[in-house]
Amino acid sequence: MTDTSRRNFLKLTGTTMGAAMLPFLKAMPAHAQTGGTIVVVSGQTINSLDLHRTGTNRASYQVAVNCYDRLVSFGTKDAPGGGLSYDYDTIVPELAESWTISDDGLTMTFKIKSDATFWDGRKVTAADVKWSFDRAVSAGGFPTVQMKAGGLERPDQFAAADEETFVITLDRPSKLTLPDLAVPVPFIINSEVAMANATDDDPWAMEYLHMTPAGSGAFKVARWDQGQQLVYERNDAWVGGPLPSFERVIVREVPSPATRRALIERGDVQMSFNIPNKDAAELDAMDGVDVYSTPIENCIHCLCPNFNFEPFQDANVRKALAYAIPYEAIFQTAAYGRGAPMWGGEAEITDTAWPRKSPYMTDLAKAKEHMAASGFASGFEVPLSISLGLADWMEPTALLLQEAFGEIGINTQIEKIPGANWRTAALVEKRLPLHLENFGGWLNTPDYYFFWAYKNGHLFNSSNYLNEEIETLVDSTLHIPMDDPAYAPNIKRMFEIAFEDLPRIPLWQPALNVAMNDAAGYEFWFHRQLDVRPLTTATS
Amino acid sequence: MAARSKMILGRVAQAIPVVMGVVVISFLLTRALPGDPAAYFAGPAADEASIAEIRETLGLDKPLVQQFFYYVGDLIRGDLGTSLTTGQTVLTDLGARLPASLELTLAALLLSCAIAIPLGVLAATRPGTWVDHLCRVLVTAGVSMPTFFTGILLIYIFYYLAGLAPSPLGRLDFIYLSPPHVTGFYLIDAALAGDWETWLGALKQLVLPATTLALFTLAPIARMTRAAMLSALSSDFIRTARAAGLSDGKVLFGYAFRNALLPVVTTLGMVFSFTLGANVLVEKVFAWPGIGSYAVEALVVSDYAAVQGFVLAMALLFVALNLVIDIAYALIDPRIGLN
Repeated sequence: MTDTSRRNFLKLTGTTMGAAMLPFLKAMPAHAQTGGTIVVVSGQTINSLDLHRTGTNRASYQVAVNCYDRLVSFGTKDAPGGGLSYDYDTIVPELAESWTISDDGLTMTFKIKSDATFWDGRKVTAADVKWSFDRAVSAGGFPTVQMKAGGLERPDQFAAADEETFVITLDRPSKLTLPDLAVPVPFIINSEVAMANATDDDPWAMEYLHMTPAGSGAFKVARWDQGQQLVYERNDAWVGGPLPSFERVIVREVPSPATRRALIERGDVQMSFNIPNKDAAELDAMDGVDVYSTPIENCIHCLCPNFNFEPFQDANVRKALAYAIPYEAIFQTAAYGRGAPMWGGEAEITDTAWPRKSPYMTDLAKAKEHMAASGFASGFEVPLSISLGLADWMEPTALLLQEAFGEIGINTQIEKIPGANWRTAALVEKRLPLHLENFGGWLNTPDYYFFWAYKNGHLFNSSNYLNEEIETLVDSTLHIPMDDPAYAPNIKRMFEIAFEDLPRIPLWQPALNVAMNDAAGYEFWFHRQLDVRPLTTATS
Repeated sequence: MAARSKMILGRVAQAIPVVMGVVVISFLLTRALPGDPAAYFAGPAADEASIAEIRETLGLDKPLVQQFFYYVGDLIRGDLGTSLTTGQTVLTDLGARLPASLELTLAALLLSCAIAIPLGVLAATRPGTWVDHLCRVLVTAGVSMPTFFTGILLIYIFYYLAGLAPSPLGRLDFIYLSPPHVTGFYLIDAALAGDWETWLGALKQLVLPATTLALFTLAPIARMTRAAMLSALSSDFIRTARAAGLSDGKVLFGYAFRNALLPVVTTLGMVFSFTLGANVLVEKVFAWPGIGSYAVEALVVSDYAAVQGFVLAMALLFVALNLVIDIAYALIDPRIGLN
């Protein structure tokens, strides 16, 4: 940082000159102290203000978080790697004041806060909650799938008992239901405003809410210029949590990482969201910029050998791969050391922590032993597929893998697949013999991860892995509470099988990097989008 | 004059089959793209059923011919469809982004012409001198430095180190509100509204990206001016003019330059249309919400409506541009008619 920056200049002179500086401040509008405004830059583009709409991208989920409320939310805890994180184990009220769950676990009754109002001043009622939940399970696509994960599948499961009482009836008790109510999807919409703008073709007001949110959340959308910026304005009547400290939050889209870095270093913006690992490592070493790198919960970057490809049906070949991988070099080159290592763990599994280190480490001698013991001792050729959309970490990883696998006689050609085709090739058709994959589960339990990534036919099981014991274990564990006596043994058994069969070879747990300059209060969320509500000015 | 407007109408009529061809080709090409937009937009955790649902909503389950007729029918009603990447109608997107790109490109070309044409003329009249060498150095440097590199370099020097340039945050810093929409060109709209503060703000944001693009487009214009001037100056009619004792200025600008302008205008037209679509990298670096990055983003995710809309808009623009250039020819050189 050079001393020519406006911010340092102010810091040096501001305290002594105080009032004398005031005329200058008017001419320095980009500075943080423009009365409760924070400017955030991000490389992602928001394409809808309604999460339920078909085609809404990930970056847009932040609108559901900041502008709408859910019945419940997650608590807050200290995050590994500094800063705060949501706390999966604590459920706190948002729009619901309190809730009870019947003894058989099938009926959940929520009491809605009586002082909760929508932006137009109308009281939030159980009918609004019912309408919003009906919409989420009927919209199709991602919201419906996510609702189903918590056992919420049909409108007849939801009922408004009276104005302030909302009841959910479940087909079976599940530990995933309550956390699933705290994810961004089941947000509560002002159903009267929405229905006034619904049409016969569009009963859920998708077109209206796409451009005009109608909620009760902490922030309203003051302005949305697609491709440029989203301006949030605080809702002073919010009752879902402590009132945010900023009156206005401006999220600007800046596609080039180099430009974002110049902006945050200069202090003209206070936050740069989701920065590349390289920038995180370098900014961390600088004064004045705070970097938070939070390992993403329930997410692992993996190498996946496909069981459809004959050599990978041989367990020795898969183990040879796992011992040949240059883990540390990959972690330093592709992730710049951001995140958490996922190799070299204990052989014996004593707890249910997840993601966890695999018992494998770089050991070329062992890798060669396994290759020699396999039916493919003379080696073979296989394409190693990566997505161009995720090239920032996949490309360096693939190059290092290619070199290492060459040493044990597995010759790979790196196949780069465009982002639009990647999903179809890797996840839907599951036809890539050897590829990199990065599934992360929103609901933070290992069995949920296994459900998506290890069960046969499920979307993220891109290795075509099938193990009868895993199928039964996942089915019997997915919905039982974490304090059930069967839970821990089941989970440990899953880990054992996963590390023995290796349909996914863990490389490392990636991190979400955020840089802040003159601001504080950042909180990591599993949805990896920006929650602007807890942000504050730097306290120094 | 009636004859001339008739000729212009004739030229427009000639463009109709071209546009129709573009409609068919852009439709077929986008369908030929690998990738399945339904699977892509179904989201991270979608299953087969929800992908199929989305395919149906998007009309992608219909046969290709039927999709084409739907598309043409919508097109006739002026409906270009909705972009999946931006969530807006393609018409809104183009309406917002095309002026942004045009403003940037036109500003860059004006700047570039203001430097390149005099430089080319000077280099041609004094071949082998320092002016000629300077021209050569500038031209070589301009083409050989990729625009994103020039852009980042300019940001580094003028924003990061010197603090002279405003934050590279797109068309306007966040403290300004965009001027009321008339033309979509911020400089014009702000001037019309009499809001000179915003006008100045927009101008400041424009300087660095326009300079970056100007440096890049300098080369072909300067080279072409120099070459055209050299060949014009060595022509018989110049020798005759000189022999007739006309003044240097008259010879240079009245005869040589006017003749040299034709190839320069042609080059200018080509450079313009090329830059408009190709300044993706400049747009990315300066967070400029232009049409180039729009098209690239859309292409990457097989966003059919957006890609088709972009190709169509560019085709129409190209037709208009060629018409303007042909009229410019006729004005510059009376020997050339419009037919």
